[in-house]
Amino acid sequence: MIELLASRYAYALMFVLMGVGMYMMIANQNLVKKLIGVNLFQTAIFLFFVAVAYVEGGSAPIVPTEGDPGAMASPLPHVIVLTAIVVGIALTAVGLALIVRIHSEYGTLREDTLREVRADE
Amino acid sequence: MSNVDLILPLLVAVPILMATVPIALGLRFDRTGWGVTTLTTTGLLAATAYLASAVYSEGMVTHELGGWPREFGIQLVADEFSTLIALLVIATATAVLAYMRVGGPRGNTFYAGYLLLTGGLLGLSLTGDVFNMFVFLEIVGLATYALIASGDGPESAVSALKYLILGTVGASLYLIGVGFIFMATGTLNMQVLSENMSEVIAQGGQNLVLMQAAFAFIFVGFALKVAQWPLHTWQPDAYQHAPDGVTPVIAALVSTVYAYALGRLMYTVFGPEFLTSTPYLTEIVVTFGCLSVLAGSTLAVIQTDVKRMFAYSSVAQFGLVVTAFGLVTETALIGGIIHLVGHAVMKAGLFAAAGVIAVSYGARTVDEYAGLADNRPFVAGGTALLLIALIGIPPSAGFIGKWYIAVGSVQAEMWPVAVVILLSTMLTLAYSARLLEKMYFTPATPVESPHPSGPVATDGGQSGGDDEHGNERGDESAGHVDTGAFTDTGRIGRGNPDAVSFGMLALVIVAAIVAVLLGFAGGELHDLLDPFATEVFN
Repeated sequence: MIELLASRYAYALMFVLMGVGMYMMIANQNLVKKLIGVNLFQTAIFLFFVAVAYVEGGSAPIVPTEGDPGAMASPLPHVIVLTAIVVGIALTAVGLALIVRIHSEYGTLREDTLREVRADE
Repeated sequence: MSNVDLILPLLVAVPILMATVPIALGLRFDRTGWGVTTLTTTGLLAATAYLASAVYSEGMVTHELGGWPREFGIQLVADEFSTLIALLVIATATAVLAYMRVGGPRGNTFYAGYLLLTGGLLGLSLTGDVFNMFVFLEIVGLATYALIASGDGPESAVSALKYLILGTVGASLYLIGVGFIFMATGTLNMQVLSENMSEVIAQGGQNLVLMQAAFAFIFVGFALKVAQWPLHTWQPDAYQHAPDGVTPVIAALVSTVYAYALGRLMYTVFGPEFLTSTPYLTEIVVTFGCLSVLAGSTLAVIQTDVKRMFAYSSVAQFGLVVTAFGLVTETALIGGIIHLVGHAVMKAGLFAAAGVIAVSYGARTVDEYAGLADNRPFVAGGTALLLIALIGIPPSAGFIGKWYIAVGSVQAEMWPVAVVILLSTMLTLAYSARLLEKMYFTPATPVESPHPSGPVATDGGQSGGDDEHGNERGDESAGHVDTGAFTDTGRIGRGNPDAVSFGMLALVIVAAIVAVLLGFAGGELHDLLDPFATEVFN
């Protein structure tokens, strides 16, 4: 068990971070913090992909024109993470725009207050 | 025919590029969005029809983007399954524009979002790469959130945010699944994956466990996206608070294409061998689907808001599709696909009808539908026909889908599923009958309507004289109000029949007719999809 944690700690950390993000999404009443939770959740997945690409003793995947470069980290997950980061930024932007609108309509960012306001209507 | 594969990237790129045009033109002109969008989708419809004729006569068409071999690059694939869904997407997207012309919502930015959604949906149905699928999932998601939030009320922003958070979690879970697939096989191309799959199963060990974990994450992620009970909570809010013109598109296409993606992953990437050899997998999928069917139908019966009722009904119908995918027989798979298409047509029509009735009759709850048939006979007739099709009375789209799924469940010797299908039909009858009874047999009551005219997201149409098309059908409906004048006069002022255009009504009627015609086309659809199913199972 200890050995597993010592060699695979990146994956364990990823799931811890994901749990933190998930908990923020569910338990936090503030809408902006919920969105930060979503971001944390996604970041955990990005780190997971980076960890997948790691090769023991590998170098950065830049192939020289001649000579054997030896072991290299896999470049594909990095490209995936870059794309996913862009997607995540777009999502955050849309989410924040919606939160701005909710705030201007209801005057609150808290979910419990929001529920009360909506129940009154 | 040599360049038919070039249509594939164009189907994805053109709508996304054209999405910038309404905004750019919007700097100079006010109302260009509808024209640009109609032009684009009509062109794409023609291109897709040409593609479909090639696919169904000569088999699969593929395109490698940028000429990269499929092991490294992204491949677009049009086979019998994806072409059918692409055709459904673009045809529905074009048809709903007839509603939006007058029914709204308006604005150049709205149509930019609409084109993005169309491009994303087409990409999602045509992609042959699991990571590319994630990107399109998010494009579709983002466009959907924006379109839902384009409603006037503040409620729409709240429900869009709820959908955004849950939808992102769903897509992220899918991405984790993709990570596990990549760890196990080192490739992201669906066809390469399916070729490697039997090897992974034969080897067993670590890679197989990774694939099983991947399936678990992907299934839960898509269950969230497709709105399976108990992960459906975003869906009724989103459907109810979206503008009336947007709900038909979202209800008909977004969840449908997500369900298509789930089916594609289950059958092309994982394959029947994996599904049946993994212990308890099919049982879990089928149980999930059946629970959705029962819970969704039951919740639909107790709703008072009509759009919400239809939303819960979608939970149930997608439960049927997921059940069909979980049965892993050829007949059930084809039945699931047919039900997917049939449900899309019926729900597009029903939500459009709900929009028309909300504008022209001021009715949004089941009780307010009283006396509809006397006052608005055309839309009431269309709604009734669509509801009957949804129940699954032959000949209709709802019937053939359920029929194939039921036959598949018997073939798979999963008798309880056949019972669930029967029960779901009865529950569908329960909520449909409530509406039918109100529309046809309950006399209209004087308006105590909590919805004064123009409370709806479409109230752009109320400001109304700005649209010359608004009057054709409106005059006719107004005539019917007069013939129904034996009840009290307070009702005459109810709603605004003039706000309903010919296009809005035509969408409802055409959807109803297509839903019935599909009932006769069961054999043809089966033949079209048969090559796909045969290839998957052999």
